[in-house]
Amino acid sequence: MRHLLKGLIVSLLISFMLPTIAVQIEFHSFENAQRERLYLDLIAELRCVKCQNQNLAESNAELARDMRDKTYEMIVAGKSREDVVNYMTARYGDFVLYKPPFKSKTLLLWMGPPILLFLSLFFVLKMVRNQSKALPKQLSDADRDSVRDVLKNNSSSEK
Amino acid sequence: MNKKFFIPLIAFIALVSLMLFGLKNDPKVIPSPFIGQEAPEFSLPKLYKPDEMVTAQQMKGEVWVLNLWASWCVSCRAEHKVLSRLINKMQVPTIGLNYKDYGTEDYGDEALRWLAKYGNPYQSVAVDTEGTAGLDWGVVGVPETFVVDKKGIVRYKFTGPVYDEAVDKILVPLITQLRKEEG
Repeated sequence: MRHLLKGLIVSLLISFMLPTIAVQIEFHSFENAQRERLYLDLIAELRCVKCQNQNLAESNAELARDMRDKTYEMIVAGKSREDVVNYMTARYGDFVLYKPPFKSKTLLLWMGPPILLFLSLFFVLKMVRNQSKALPKQLSDADRDSVRDVLKNNSSSEK
Repeated sequence: MNKKFFIPLIAFIALVSLMLFGLKNDPKVIPSPFIGQEAPEFSLPKLYKPDEMVTAQQMKGEVWVLNLWASWCVSCRAEHKVLSRLINKMQVPTIGLNYKDYGTEDYGDEALRWLAKYGNPYQSVAVDTEGTAGLDWGVVGVPETFVVDKKGIVRYKFTGPVYDEAVDKILVPLITQLRKEEG
């Protein structure tokens, strides 16, 4: 019991530590809270192209640091969110965005999940309806007799 | 036979072919948005002659190659022989963009030592200490190799170390073809 408790506490502590390990520590100062918010939003939304399943905020890759620095530089220079996104997509394509723009090339990406959802809903509804319509099979006399026999045998063998 | 029998089979085949398609896609190769676009301009000090500048503008009028490398990059060393062969064979002017290498405290003049040891196939080496030009060219990881045409339009990007087969099957035919185009 004691070991279990110890293990629980340790694993809880580790789970608290995990997010702090991932956070990159760089000190940037901003003129106002809005710009800081924009910076934090952007580095969360832009993808590190080197380590592809992390955003800029989470990645330790040197390239991610460069991209964060560039983002910071542009924001401090008074550039808008759109400017930064345009700068990054001009160099790395839509790939750099975790939220890809809606256009003909990404149509399937955006429309696929809702289409799948509606299709599956449609089929589930259809199945449920068919189930309720189908009448349960009527038992014949022979069926009843055989069941009765089984029950009788069962109860007699228990005694 | 009941047609429904085939539905799982068809679904299975569809899934397998989707996965096979996924297997053939290398997620590390990000399609460069520069293909068909004008080459990003840069102006960087020249290795050996820091007073002179290397720019993309200087190269206009001929087919040229930009190769991003660094002395700390292991696969650049592997690529070096292959790249040198391409440059010698095609006599194609090549700028080596020395990415975050020379001049930084950690590496000192490693770039010079590297070239002295392995040979220098480049027409000129541009020193990008801060990696700004690299970022402008959309670097993901060195080595990367770009082919630019006579008009200064980027026509091809090779991600990772170039290998013999890529030289013979892709780069040599491409450079030959681009040379035939009007400048």
